[in-house]
Amino acid sequence: MKRIALLLLAALLFTLALSACSGGDELVCEDAIGCVTVAPDEPITIAYMLTISGATAFLGEDSRGGIQIAIDDRGGKLLDHDINLKGEDSGCSAEGGQTAAQKLAADTQIVGIIGSSCSSEATAGLPIISEAGMLMISPSNTAPALTDKEGTWHPGYYRTAHNDLFQGRVAADYAYNELGARTAATIHDGSPYADGLQGVFANRFKELGGTITFQGAVNVGDTDMRPILTNVGADSPDVLYFPIFEPEGNFIAAQSKEVAGLENTILFGADGLLSESFPSGTGPAAVGMYLSGPYVEGDAYQQLLAKWDAKFGGPPPSGFHAHAYDATNILLDAIEKVALKGDDGTLLIPRQALRDAVTATAGFRGVTGTLACNETGDCATGEALGIYRITDAEVSGGNWPPEAVWTP
Amino acid sequence: MAHMAMMNKTDEAKFDGRALVKFGLLAGVVATYVAVIGMIATFSQRQVVAGLLTLGQVLLVAPPLGMAYFSARKMAGESGGKILAAGASIGLLTTLPLIGLIILANNTNIRIMFVNISPQLVNILTFGQDSVFVGVLLLLVVLALASVAGAGLTLLPARWRQALVMGVASTLGIALMSELFVVILRERLGNNFVRLFFQSGVMRWYTAVGIFLIAFGFTLFWQWRGTQMRGRLQQFTAPRQKQVRWSGAGISGIILLILPWALGTFLSEVLNNVGLYILMGLGLNIAVGLAGLLDLGYVTNFAVGAYVTAVLTTTSQYGLGPIPFWLVIPIALLAAMLTGFVFALPVLRMRGDYLAIATLGFGEIIRVLVLSDWLASRIGGPQGILALQNPSIGNFFFARPEHFYYIILVACLAMLFVSVRLNNSRTGRQWMALREDEDVAAAMGIDTILTKLLAFTLSAAAGGVAGAIFAAKLGTVFPQSFNLFVSINVLSIIIIGGMGSIPGIVLGAFLLIGAPELLREFQEYRLLIYGALLIVVMLRRPEGLWPSATRRRELQDAMDLTSHLGVVHSEVISHGQSANPSRMD
Amino acid sequence: MEDLRRRLDGVSWVDLFLWGLRIVIILLIAVGAFNTLTSGKYTITTWISLSISGLAQGSIYALIALGYTLVYGILLMINFAHGEVFMSGAFTTVFIANYFNQTGFLNTYPLLAILILMVIAALVSMSVAVLLERIAYRPLRGAPRLVPLITAIGASFFLQYSFRGFYGSGFQTYPTVTALSGTFTVGKVTIPVVQVVVFFAAIALMSGLYWLVERTKMGKSMRAVSEDKEVAALMGIDINRVIVFTFAIGGLLAGAAGVINGLYRPQGVYFFMGFIPGIKAFTSAVLGGIGSVPGAMLGGLFLGVIESIGPNLVLEGLGIDGANQLKDAIAFTMLVLVLIFRPQGILGERLSEKKA
Repeated sequence: MKRIALLLLAALLFTLALSACSGGDELVCEDAIGCVTVAPDEPITIAYMLTISGATAFLGEDSRGGIQIAIDDRGGKLLDHDINLKGEDSGCSAEGGQTAAQKLAADTQIVGIIGSSCSSEATAGLPIISEAGMLMISPSNTAPALTDKEGTWHPGYYRTAHNDLFQGRVAADYAYNELGARTAATIHDGSPYADGLQGVFANRFKELGGTITFQGAVNVGDTDMRPILTNVGADSPDVLYFPIFEPEGNFIAAQSKEVAGLENTILFGADGLLSESFPSGTGPAAVGMYLSGPYVEGDAYQQLLAKWDAKFGGPPPSGFHAHAYDATNILLDAIEKVALKGDDGTLLIPRQALRDAVTATAGFRGVTGTLACNETGDCATGEALGIYRITDAEVSGGNWPPEAVWTP
Repeated sequence: MAHMAMMNKTDEAKFDGRALVKFGLLAGVVATYVAVIGMIATFSQRQVVAGLLTLGQVLLVAPPLGMAYFSARKMAGESGGKILAAGASIGLLTTLPLIGLIILANNTNIRIMFVNISPQLVNILTFGQDSVFVGVLLLLVVLALASVAGAGLTLLPARWRQALVMGVASTLGIALMSELFVVILRERLGNNFVRLFFQSGVMRWYTAVGIFLIAFGFTLFWQWRGTQMRGRLQQFTAPRQKQVRWSGAGISGIILLILPWALGTFLSEVLNNVGLYILMGLGLNIAVGLAGLLDLGYVTNFAVGAYVTAVLTTTSQYGLGPIPFWLVIPIALLAAMLTGFVFALPVLRMRGDYLAIATLGFGEIIRVLVLSDWLASRIGGPQGILALQNPSIGNFFFARPEHFYYIILVACLAMLFVSVRLNNSRTGRQWMALREDEDVAAAMGIDTILTKLLAFTLSAAAGGVAGAIFAAKLGTVFPQSFNLFVSINVLSIIIIGGMGSIPGIVLGAFLLIGAPELLREFQEYRLLIYGALLIVVMLRRPEGLWPSATRRRELQDAMDLTSHLGVVHSEVISHGQSANPSRMD
Repeated sequence: MEDLRRRLDGVSWVDLFLWGLRIVIILLIAVGAFNTLTSGKYTITTWISLSISGLAQGSIYALIALGYTLVYGILLMINFAHGEVFMSGAFTTVFIANYFNQTGFLNTYPLLAILILMVIAALVSMSVAVLLERIAYRPLRGAPRLVPLITAIGASFFLQYSFRGFYGSGFQTYPTVTALSGTFTVGKVTIPVVQVVVFFAAIALMSGLYWLVERTKMGKSMRAVSEDKEVAALMGIDINRVIVFTFAIGGLLAGAAGVINGLYRPQGVYFFMGFIPGIKAFTSAVLGGIGSVPGAMLGGLFLGVIESIGPNLVLEGLGIDGANQLKDAIAFTMLVLVLIFRPQGILGERLSEKKA
């Protein structure tokens, strides 16, 4: 019954379509891969593709908040048009990324996408987004292959997150040169992010002349880390590098103090743990721990945190909201730069020109430091990294972010 | 919350003031719940009709409206005024918990705990009024009006009521799916046309009115002529009826063939996902539905199929090939059958829930293994296997969802054929005997070991093929895709569809895999809705959506028996099973 | 004896395979353990302290497992949403615990504060469990057994995402109780106080339950209902009341487990935290013999210890990389092994012969 009603509706729409006349656009699209036309009363549509369900939801919600604040900062408007934010949940899996990408790619009004959260989503979704002529800027993909022309790179891909190659290397350099570590152990959690980072760290550390005593992994959802820490402690390494997420990272840090052989081991994490809830949640065991991550010192970041608290209540759930904030601003800036404006307020946004404009981003003063994109889309080229040392002020005093002990 | 109303069926007879208060407060609790989990605030951004109505508002008025409707139906026969008054009081009662919420939000820092009780929510609930008092009054009026409308609905003649409900439901349904409609229409008819009816993806008011009128009118028309039209078909002579049926089949065939091109890329992708789960559902049905072996580790076969395909077709360092996909499918199928066979051996002696947990364990073992560092040098570990070659015929490469649709269609049809044949075969009957009573089956001379092994092995085959297609479709394989939820989803599809029923599986897959894809706009509430859907469907139709005829009969008998027993209330049935827990049907 | 004779009668190739499998698994375990122990990487102290932390973890599994086992014993259904019952108590109480900590109440009167927290968590979990029974299971009591399993799965999703809606998707942390944060030394082994407290608190709760089931009138009714519902009803037992009571007790234990878990592993309190402990507890219940109260306790403790020492003891000795990542594989292999030897679990009745 409903089906026939729909058929009737379709027929009606079709007749109306025949009678509808399209007003001649004065703006002509000359872009190689097409344009988005935004009518005078229509908003500019951008989208996110993040993981907002399942155990990794905190990651996507964190980035989504950054995007929404960036849009709010412009009063929800760009070039006198509203900004319309659409979103897809990609569930931190390859198949989720593919389906979400198909849905976004089908909507030709979408100008650009902020996402994805996980590298697996991007690997499966990027070819589709790229073919549709869109661009995506990821706040938290770190897999090196994504910006490698030999790897899974496709035109239209950018990221404000740090490539594992930069971040893992910086961490290893710092551990070896500044901390004077000669032995190190690594733990990952089975995510491509952590596995990639620990791999880069281990290789660089060995290259520098250090010894890797242990490379192991925990599972997402584990709470009892004593077995693996016992294993690590058997060799008493100078540094334990575990570039994973909350809550497994908290468990490792907190329980490391209970295990023999780790008394003098320096704990080292990455941006997956760079969030306010990590030190306060871990407690005194986190004091003295090092974290690598985006360089987020200064007023701009404090303001971002204040806006977050006002809008969502509490601190952001993870450490990638600043990347998302910057990614959104890069996208919106680029749209502003390339959009052609008609007399009646119609906008024409050429897609290739938009990609070129993002690629040309240089000296962008973001919350996460000064960003410059290279031709395969790495916008945070290691310049904007910092190493932080957690002190008592972060653990019990509510201070955030910690003071950077090293910047490039 | 329909089931809440349903479970109160027992006090249908007397609908007094107490019941009224109960229903009103219940509606209030539901509305408050929807507000506290953040749905109202989140969807106040999502417009249903441009500039007029947001989804948040719909969610706010739906509980009192619905509850008033249900209550009013229980009061059938009472005077109209009484019914309307009851409706109004339900609306007023609904507001009570909401007012409490507003007071809490304004005077305490409850947001530390309940993150979604935000100033924005209060603003929505008080309709943006500066004075909370005025806002609350407005809220009272709006909710009371909504529930009066709900109650008033029951006063209309059935014909008009149905048409009205149909009209509103169609309008809301299309409005919720407007994103999809807009994308398809834009592709076919151009953006300028779409703009006439939709304002940036949201229905314009006259579109909403139009859809409402069409659905309304059509329902009325159908009530008037529908029975006649159906009757005419039955009056046809037998050969003519056959003709009609054949041409129906022909038309469905053609529709199946052109479907992906009519639906566009995204919906084809959804169809593909549904198809893969139909394939797995048909497979698991052999073990669970026919042989009664509760397998909670079906993902094992899926993973084996996918990883075999990945290793054989990738051009990356893990590759052994690349071997053409068409050759890989039978290999993946055999590999999955082998896994099914090997994993079946240790569990042959286990029954019922012990079997369930052991197979669940196998699924977890496989998940951990594909992720592990131990095997990472062979199958990529966390980094997955990238760069799988697309299937190809000559120079044609299967790359888009529209292309994969045909591969999946063929696989599903093949599995459908096998399933139907198995259902009516000697082996099929042996499985069913096993399902009904293992000891009796053994006594009748059925080799239970071989029969079980056959069920597990054949069941695994479909999972292997699904895994192979899944890997080829994705172009990459990551270990995170092979988790317990795959097993749970496949099992749910079978039960929701109606165990042992083949059309039920198809329907179940569409509901459980297709619907969440269409509900993508609900984002973080998608799985919440999914969970509620599982509960509601099972409560309303415990026998499944499309049960096979025999099962429907059995279950009906069981339920009848239950209702006769009165006090003991259904215990006999569970007792019947307690005597034989291995019978899980 | 009869069992043995029957086995000898019908020795088939499947039996041979199973015997082969048992021997292979046991050999692998023996070789792995031998290699690890002779390598001298770990001292005996290490094994003892790992076992103790395993026992503490296991006692939490056991508390949750009791909820599965009680419900199973009475309704023969797998309450898949029980992990979420645990989560609901733990997640709600974390906010109150932090409030107690801020006001200083927690560290001034730790025992009282923890008791209050446990009562609150127990009440929350209990209400969730009872509501669950009322809405999702009771209407389906006459339905085929897989039907309530599906509503349980649905309820599991529903509860997870409801609580995510309530309290957000971030991670919360229980405050540290100063009184529990020390260690003491027995011989050479240093034992954190909290592990001992967790263990004994769990044992106390479980003994209370055991007493309740074995000695009280309600316990007697529960046992009667699980034995034969029809006869129990005829004897004047209000079956619905018994079932609700069972769910309530299961919820109570799960809620208490939520607070105990918070004392032991304060971090990582979020909406998804019930899922994995739920699966583990379910496994414990089956391992111990589903339906058996002491079985669930034993199963939980066994699983906790296996997870704690298994990877280092067995897998490392076999030269497998990333041994700790495979601890679930070990746990489930042990489960299958136990079920091959005893298809009814460690302490289960001979259900598979008599009833199943």
